[in-house]
Amino acid sequence: MAVEHSTGTAAPAPGDQTRIHNIGYRKYDGPRLGRAYARRSLYSQSLRGSYGLGRSVKSKVLPMLLFVVMCVPAAIMVAVAVATKANALPVDYTRYAIIMQAVISLYVASQAPQSVSRDLRFKTVPLYFSRPIETADYVRAKFAALASALFILTAGPLLLLYVGALLAKLDFADQTKGFAQGLVSVALLSLLFAGIGLVIASFTPRRGFGIAAVIAVLTITYGAVSTLQAIADAQGSGDAVPWIGLFSPITIIDGVQSAFLGATSASPSGVGPSTAEGVVYVVVALGLIAASYGLLMRRYKKVGL
Amino acid sequence: MIATESLSKRFPRVTALDRLSVDVGPGVTGLVGANGAGKSTLIKILLGLSPATEGRAEVLGLDVATKGGAIRERVGYMPEHDCLPPDVSATEFVVHMARMSGLPPTAARERTADTLRHVGLYEERYRPIGGYSTGMKQRVKLAQALVHDPQLVLLDEPTNGLDPVGRDEMLGLIRRIHTDFGISVLVTSHLLGELERTCDHVVVIDGGKLLRSSSTTDFTQITTTLAIEVTDTDEHPDGTRAVREALHARGVSVEDGSGLPGAGHVLLLTAQGEETYDVVRDVIADLGLGLVRMEQRRHHISEVFTSTDEREQRKEAVGHGG
Ligand SMILES: Nc1ncnc2c1ncn2[C@@H]1O[C@H](COP(=O)(O)OP(=O)(O)OP(=O)(O)O)[C@@H](O)[C@H]1O
Ligand SMILES: [Mg+2]
Repeated sequence: MAVEHSTGTAAPAPGDQTRIHNIGYRKYDGPRLGRAYARRSLYSQSLRGSYGLGRSVKSKVLPMLLFVVMCVPAAIMVAVAVATKANALPVDYTRYAIIMQAVISLYVASQAPQSVSRDLRFKTVPLYFSRPIETADYVRAKFAALASALFILTAGPLLLLYVGALLAKLDFADQTKGFAQGLVSVALLSLLFAGIGLVIASFTPRRGFGIAAVIAVLTITYGAVSTLQAIADAQGSGDAVPWIGLFSPITIIDGVQSAFLGATSASPSGVGPSTAEGVVYVVVALGLIAASYGLLMRRYKKVGL
Repeated sequence: MIATESLSKRFPRVTALDRLSVDVGPGVTGLVGANGAGKSTLIKILLGLSPATEGRAEVLGLDVATKGGAIRERVGYMPEHDCLPPDVSATEFVVHMARMSGLPPTAARERTADTLRHVGLYEERYRPIGGYSTGMKQRVKLAQALVHDPQLVLLDEPTNGLDPVGRDEMLGLIRRIHTDFGISVLVTSHLLGELERTCDHVVVIDGGKLLRSSSTTDFTQITTTLAIEVTDTDEHPDGTRAVREALHARGVSVEDGSGLPGAGHVLLLTAQGEETYDVVRDVIADLGLGLVRMEQRRHHISEVFTSTDEREQRKEAVGHGG
């Protein structure tokens, strides 16, 4: 009844919020590091989570396995190059990710939903936004984390190739240039794939659908684009080939790197876009990344609380 | 702690808050209203997450429209819905949320351990949340709202889904948040009865309008209604009537419980405190009647107004209590 309400001799005087009340409860007067720190924490937690670190053993299996699968061919190439004293690596640095695109797609498809769908499905998002961080902080942290995870996945094997090439005493300047071009290419690829993967995942809170949708978008666009390119090439309308390539993420990367990063195109004709067309590729790639960011912002503005 | 001034929130179809002006001081404050009364909407505005259509609101002296970030650093929030990922442990989850509130890693871990202990989670805290009971989940939700030692917590229906025992434990915990931890509380519910016991102050809203804002001592005096039913004896063939007259003679006003089951045999009276119980007991004993039942009726928000001068207002504002 009414009496028990007023028992608290411990009740604070108005405005006196810092007093220590009962033994047992300790007030916190340490630092509060605010928004930027929270964003960094979310970034590192999400990045670690993309490789299953800090999560269950089961969640570690797939990302770790994909990382190993990504690196094994590179390791074999290096071993062969060193053993046979070859005078070049069997593939260009820029070509490696194109060859391994299925593994990269699988990785995005599994980790993008892991990163954002859980928060949506279990309605954890409102808890983030009830704290100092804002929509932009959440989106940037998640975007940067998945892009970084993808960069680790794609740059890891390149590093292996580079170290192997130096061990095999291949030309240092050549190798360094190729490696650098490869790194630029996979950096762009990481941003592009992370953006596309996150947008799809953020609109499919059910994790299974998210995985399927990401795989579908990446493989169907690639399948359609390369089929059309092959037909165009066979019918002698090779001029159309570079333009068709703008419609799938991996062929966009291929176009950019064959125009500007010394790569030979992996398209059926083997001919990449001209420099002018290459500019369009770069614009489209950056435009897609920006659009992904914009869509994610819109998505999370809606979720709010 | 909280002050709103003519605060309104209109959605395309509904007006969730309608020129609400209310002041909430330190202590435990209940925010009571039926489903759709606008409780959650008010909380979102107070956290600076949803702009008001018109009017102003301040939390801890900070304007919600411009100082949302600063408010959210000092305030804790427990949502009404589920918000916990099932595949992590309570400890991992609360540590993460502490860091999201800006606590450095070591402090986040220490405060998590403390806070989980204070809300009553011990060994379980290392197991995945998916295996928890509703009561344990509510405690984790509460812990994440308290872990950064806020000055004020906003708890949206914390007793939702709990059984009577769990409900009482949660209410006890909420009381302690203020008395032991020195944190002020705004807690929502659609049951006035449960908040009466816990809160220092209760704000009742309906249809986004303020119905009443007063300290709980006022409320209990008005609202504690007793229903009594007695047996008849040879000496008093109509026991009910005999009791009514005897009570009347001693200055206790009595109504027929006409709306209730067993109408005609049930008397309703307003308890003014412990004395009323004694009077009833004495009267019945003097008449030599048997007491079939005497119960304290559960209060619904609408009942707050049945025995007051606001009866008319209630008819307009609430319609019928359900
Ligand atoms: N985003 C929204 N868009 C449109 N209408 C909304 C929105 N959010 C709330 N409402 C409406 O505003 C009114 C108040 O809702 P609110 O959630 O604040 O009520 P409540 O008091 O918390 O109810 P409950 O006890 O069910 O949680 C309701 O009529 C609801 O339908
Ligand atoms: Mg609500």
